[in-house]
Amino acid sequence: MSSRENILKAIRGIQRERKELPTLPDFKLEGDLVDLFIRAIQANKGEVMGEEEFNNWVSSCDFHSIISLSEPFQSLSTFELPEDPHHLNHLQLAIIQGQFGVAENGAIWLNDSQLPHRVLPFITEHLVIVLSKENLVDTLHQAYERIGEEHSGFGLFVAGPSKTADIEQSLVVGAHGAKSLRVVLM
Amino acid sequence: MSHPKAASQFLKDHANSLWHDETLWMVREKRDAISKTIPEWEELRNLASQIKDKVLSNLDVYLENFEANAQKNGIKVHWAKDAAEHNQIVLGILREKNCQAIVKSKSILTEECHLNPYLEKNGVEVVDTDLGERIVQFLQQPPSHIVMPAIHLKKRDISALFHEKLQTEKGNEDPSYLTNAARLHLRKKFLGSKVAITGVNFGVAETGEFVVCTNEGNADMGVHLADVHIACMGIEKIIPRRKDLGVFLRLLARSATGQPITNYNSHFRSPAKGKEIHLVLVDNGRSLQLAREKFRNSLKCIRCGACMNTCPIYRRSGGYSYGSTVPGPIGSILSPGLDMKKYSTLPFASTLCGSCSDVCPVKINIHEQLYEWRQEITKHHGEFGKGLSMKLASGIFKSPLAYKISGSTMRKAIKLLPKGLIYNPLNVWGKNRDLPEAPKESFQEWYKKNRG
Ligand code: SF4
Repeated sequence: MSSRENILKAIRGIQRERKELPTLPDFKLEGDLVDLFIRAIQANKGEVMGEEEFNNWVSSCDFHSIISLSEPFQSLSTFELPEDPHHLNHLQLAIIQGQFGVAENGAIWLNDSQLPHRVLPFITEHLVIVLSKENLVDTLHQAYERIGEEHSGFGLFVAGPSKTADIEQSLVVGAHGAKSLRVVLM
Repeated sequence: MSHPKAASQFLKDHANSLWHDETLWMVREKRDAISKTIPEWEELRNLASQIKDKVLSNLDVYLENFEANAQKNGIKVHWAKDAAEHNQIVLGILREKNCQAIVKSKSILTEECHLNPYLEKNGVEVVDTDLGERIVQFLQQPPSHIVMPAIHLKKRDISALFHEKLQTEKGNEDPSYLTNAARLHLRKKFLGSKVAITGVNFGVAETGEFVVCTNEGNADMGVHLADVHIACMGIEKIIPRRKDLGVFLRLLARSATGQPITNYNSHFRSPAKGKEIHLVLVDNGRSLQLAREKFRNSLKCIRCGACMNTCPIYRRSGGYSYGSTVPGPIGSILSPGLDMKKYSTLPFASTLCGSCSDVCPVKINIHEQLYEWRQEITKHHGEFGKGLSMKLASGIFKSPLAYKISGSTMRKAIKLLPKGLIYNPLNVWGKNRDLPEAPKESFQEWYKKNRG
């Protein structure tokens, strides 16, 4: 008998009470979603800015390696997306369009349709996600409601920059992935 | 080594053990603070527990659904009855891909299976990529905590280690500087690995997808740059529906570190074009634990670490004192299920204060199961040799640990009668920390006076 059969047989042989799955209530938040979302991103060590502030920041930074996949900022791209994601290693800035954000924790949903290379939001030195104020939900319950039956090979909730506290519990931003996250809320 | 022996070694470095105690308590307080911002917190814990009840009552069916859906999505599913088979499966995939070096993100399951030494013995270089795990790997130590693997080390230790291994400046203890050195070192490993291994936080039966959560982004850096992703998953990690993730992801990071969510929560459903995902489903004692009715609930664990951070014994004695892959209160009810003799002292490494059960996001009755294990072990003590049986047979206050740890926590504990401690899960560290002033004498002194 294969291990698969063995394991399943062992489990089937155990006397267990029948249990029912609970229905999940639709827990919501109190307060202004934009406010809550901004506070959540800040708590995760990200920043939220408007379009103008973002434009000023980009022009002050003098990046020479940018990939922009967000419609309003397409012209900022300095090169074409390479075929091999390893060539993104020295990417300084990725600008990605976010699908929607979650006000309770700042998480932003992306999937394969925003990510031609799945590694993009991780490998870039700085990450910018463009998000519409219209596209905010209260909690993860509404988030999964919204994702619904969506079928994507990869999906990601990103809520902040790469961080670690593994050295004596001191928070350090920029472990392996993006050293900063900026959300442009439009 | 038994828990009390190892614990007393840890306690020898008083400054360090005090720091450990206080730091973990701080994490526990962060968890408390954030949980209070969610009005439905208790309801979420109940829901999580009920969902897991359903999973355990229907595990065979969910596993079959999960497998069928994952296969439909192009994921290759493997089954391993035990650690040895798990390791062979992983090595088999590596051999097939002609791969001699891999990157691995945090996976308690692969620690449990001792995958690293097995692969190394077979000529494969394994690089753990979580910063804390890389640190302990350099030291050839296992993680001492399931969420904070290097919590037992101080920055001066890490500075000296990185000076030796990564040629950082001697004496530079700045955490940002050290983290950046690790970033540069691991970047090369990510770019050069053809195969990446991760653990799994949740597998969704309904969709066949699985979710991996990190703050560092190391799991994703590894798998998206590699050609092959091997995900290792305990069979109890199943949840029925995608929307159940809403409940578990709301609880997990808040319970673990007091943050609202981990910064990266990746949902893997099918491989990217031209790539492969292998998923290894591992039993390794889980179906046996499922069959033990009293201990079944321990399989609900989502490995948040909250029970460790709150446990007065864990905080004072350190992760290594348990000698098991999963330390702390949950480790003390999981490990005897794997090897009752080897881990016979662990269920006694507790004051039964019940704080672990209070913070557990899936509401496992941890302290009650600890008590149950004491009964089991006491029943079987004859088989474990005389020395141990003498010490264990008469319950907690004659357990070796109780008189070896004589710190302030135990001095507080003696405010309660032994009977009260054992039979009545009074919640000393959970709901009521403001105890009347503790007596000046140490527990050891008290015990000497009062035994018999
Ligand atoms: S037993 Fe509960 S508190 Fe402890 S690690 Fe598991 S889920 Fe977290």
